[in-house]
Amino acid sequence: MDSKWQLLLDSLGPLALGAITATIPLALVSMALGLLIALLMALMRISKNRVISSIARVYISIIRGTPLLVQLFVIFYGMPSVGLTIDPWPSAIIAFSLNIGGYAAEIIRAAILSVPQGQWEAGYTLGMSRTRTLYRLILPQATRVAVPPLSNSFISLVKDTSLASTILVTEMFRKAQEITASTYEFLLLYCEAAAIYWVICLVLSALQNSVEGRLEKYVAK
Amino acid sequence: MSPSNPLLSVTGLHKAFGENQVLKGIDFTVHSGEVVALIGPSGSGKTTALRCLNGLEIADAGTVGFTGGPEVSFSAGLKPKTAQILRSRSAMVFQGHHLFPHLTVLQNVSIGPIEVQKRPKDQVLAEAKKLLARVGLEAKADAYPNSLSGGQQQRVGIVRALMQQPDLLLFDEPTSALDPELVGEVLTVIKELAQEGWSMVLVTHELAFARDVADTVVFMDGGVVVETGPASQVLSTPANTRTQAFVQRLLHPF
Repeated sequence: MDSKWQLLLDSLGPLALGAITATIPLALVSMALGLLIALLMALMRISKNRVISSIARVYISIIRGTPLLVQLFVIFYGMPSVGLTIDPWPSAIIAFSLNIGGYAAEIIRAAILSVPQGQWEAGYTLGMSRTRTLYRLILPQATRVAVPPLSNSFISLVKDTSLASTILVTEMFRKAQEITASTYEFLLLYCEAAAIYWVICLVLSALQNSVEGRLEKYVAK
Repeated sequence: MSPSNPLLSVTGLHKAFGENQVLKGIDFTVHSGEVVALIGPSGSGKTTALRCLNGLEIADAGTVGFTGGPEVSFSAGLKPKTAQILRSRSAMVFQGHHLFPHLTVLQNVSIGPIEVQKRPKDQVLAEAKKLLARVGLEAKADAYPNSLSGGQQQRVGIVRALMQQPDLLLFDEPTSALDPELVGEVLTVIKELAQEGWSMVLVTHELAFARDVADTVVFMDGGVVVETGPASQVLSTPANTRTQAFVQRLLHPF
């Protein structure tokens, strides 16, 4: 029994290292890029131009309609067939960003549409352009609406980064796999990894609550 | 009010929403310092007409022009941007106030002058505080709109419009969304502005207020102007039978 405790303790370091050097940065970078893609897609989606909104619609449909694991494999294992070899890390970031971009686009679109039409008109009547109205008046209010579902997406993403282990990114879960290769303690190591994911997500949930609280005043009543 | 000095001319305003022809040729003028009340039954097109004056609605035909420009000649395909030039001359007070919930009262009333009109910030803030004090809300400058009562919110809405330094104030049923006991404080502010010589167009259901404050009443029904004239005359001894029926109904509902 003692040896199991020892293994648990010994592996905590490598796993935490994997989380800090790979899982968390992978999730943060992908989320940031994904949000940019999502904002762009959301704006394209609400565009009155049919072509532009269709492009966004198709993009969102493909991203949501295909498994993330398949998207990862297409980018990492598929692209070399057309002469485009991408390293594991960039492949993972590209796949996760595109994925978040598709899901969050719908969240941001719905949040923008939830801001009353009168807020746009009030901006226009002050002489503001559509763009200025959007970023000075509409997006700050939409943010409050979007934070809970976006937090959800982010928490999913943190866990989904474990899929990067399949394309050779040495993140936390792959670290756990490596340790099991020599110790055969599958249950112990995988539960330990699961526990660390859980802790990370608990912290994120707490952060979400505090951000929501601070944005409360942005809600039109 | 001097008839020789027209500030705003509206001619032949037409507007349809799908099959529904809301405006069928609206003409009226507003002179400098004049208070014009647009009255009429629901669906008569008065709010649509008012929104055209601010370019919030693109009319299908007709012109809206301020003396000394700009004049906007409406057509169905008109770019919203073209109508925007009207906003340099008029400012709108909405029925639902439409204050920005994420900005303080002071930010609400100064964002336009600072960010759009690019006026000097300290000057704008000083003016904003002065105007907020005028409507009794100097203590609320740093509050958020959600913490204000409906009447206070609408007074902030009026200050926001005044801060645009417009030639013409537009009011779209400014008290219709308010609890009855809050109506008075808003009407008082509007009346003071009228007495100060502000030119304004007022869409309202408050006929007693219109008679008190307006110089001219424009009665609309079914998308046309049925009757125009001095407020006392149109509201007391209307010439048109439709106006008579409407005024009777509102002044003596029971």
